[in-house]
Amino acid sequence: MTPGRPKVAIRGLGMTFTTPDKQVEVLRGIDLEVREGELLCVLGPSGCGKSTLLNVVAGFLRPSEGEVRIDGELVTAPNPRRIFVFQERGVFPWLTVEGNIGFGLWRLSEAERRERVAHYVALVGLQGFEHAYPQELSGGMKQRVEVARAFAVDPDVLYLDEPFGALDSITRLQMRRELLRIWQREKKTVLFVTHDIDESVQLADRVVVMSARPAEIRRIVTIDVPHPRDLSSPRYIELRDGIFEEIGLAHRV
Amino acid sequence: MSDSAARSDDRLGATARVLLPVGTTILALLLWQLLVTLTRTQVFPLPAEVLRGIGELLRKGVLWSYVGDSLRRVAVGYAVAAVLGIALGVPLGRSATLERLVNPLIQVLRPISPLAWMPLAVIWFGISDLAPIFLIFLAAFFPVVVATANAVRTIPPMFFRAAQNFALPRGALLRRVLLPAIVPRVLTGLRVALGIAWMVVVAAEMLGVDSGLGYLILDSRNAGKRYDLVVAGMLMIGVIGLLLDIGMRRLERLPAVRWGFQE
Repeated sequence: MTPGRPKVAIRGLGMTFTTPDKQVEVLRGIDLEVREGELLCVLGPSGCGKSTLLNVVAGFLRPSEGEVRIDGELVTAPNPRRIFVFQERGVFPWLTVEGNIGFGLWRLSEAERRERVAHYVALVGLQGFEHAYPQELSGGMKQRVEVARAFAVDPDVLYLDEPFGALDSITRLQMRRELLRIWQREKKTVLFVTHDIDESVQLADRVVVMSARPAEIRRIVTIDVPHPRDLSSPRYIELRDGIFEEIGLAHRV
Repeated sequence: MSDSAARSDDRLGATARVLLPVGTTILALLLWQLLVTLTRTQVFPLPAEVLRGIGELLRKGVLWSYVGDSLRRVAVGYAVAAVLGIALGVPLGRSATLERLVNPLIQVLRPISPLAWMPLAVIWFGISDLAPIFLIFLAAFFPVVVATANAVRTIPPMFFRAAQNFALPRGALLRRVLLPAIVPRVLTGLRVALGIAWMVVVAAEMLGVDSGLGYLILDSRNAGKRYDLVVAGMLMIGVIGLLLDIGMRRLERLPAVRWGFQE
């Protein structure tokens, strides 16, 4: 892994939600740099605030403190250069596979759009399903559509919020392999939020381990195992167990 | 629950699916014949007399023109209600402020039967097609507004976020996300509204017009107590109502809409 130049810079980020009867501090003092082309996993249990972090970085939420800069520019709103892949199924049920994948390509000409859509249909292995509607697809296929829709607009950065959480464990493994394959081909910066330790160690260049709420960065672990990773290699197991222990300390499990 | 119901319907063969309703119809006709014969009523006609009545209307050449007139009035009142209902329902579902402003008015007007407007309709529109069309409009308008506003309110926020992320301009957001997202539920509202509009046509056509199925029923009784024609008019209304409903249900099977009708 060759570390690229800094792409996403998160500085002193804090987030506090105010409800009529209380204030909930969700994120505290997050400092993090994501390098260009890096696949970074943010790991923490459900409800720790990692999803909030991703929403702030994507520009959907304004932070209470601190700032997010991408290529030195302050993030204040979502941007089509940086696409968010949703936790729940965000595919549009009224559009076919083709329609969904081409959704963000409205600026292109018809011919360009066709070509781009065909490329990404093939990339996620959905040939033959171009005209199928989401309700005719399995959960894994729908998630492929969403990933393809995101990649199709050729963004610099992808935000994935537990994208494979709703899939069965075998499909999840497949999807991880697919994501790695596409990521290696397309060279995007990826921020991947997950609560699954194995998932993070299988995918990431670095794993950011979050503490319990208010979430702070507890440790950043560099996964120095080359892809394709041997999940039974001593180094892999050592790293995974280390993170497992870290999570145990952080969340008293 | 709906799952097991769907399965038991699947288990029915194609022939059974046709034969069962036909059987019910035959049974109902037999029961009708039997009850009229047994009670020796002078008012309610026998099925055969109604059939003769329909034949008579056909010979006189009024049946299709009455059906056409009723359908035309419903079409106009309903179309206006659908267009205005959706046009008001969308902003109502989008803006909480607008909803607070307008909703009390809607909720007060909604339970008033369109028939209660009859005296006013006559004063406003006189003896013309506009009076029944107005009543039909009133009947169909509120179900469409309410269904549309609800549909907009329940669009998953995720869809808007995705659209925002892809930097979709406002017009495209409406056309490519909001409208397609509400179509299934609006369609259900439109189907309900059409049923009500068609139901109201009878009463609406008692407002001084001299054509239509509602007029036929009123006129047949007033001019000579022709109860065979009264029931003939009722049957025509029932059959056409069924056909309209079947037509609307067909729309629910369109590929871009079907997703909204599955659990």
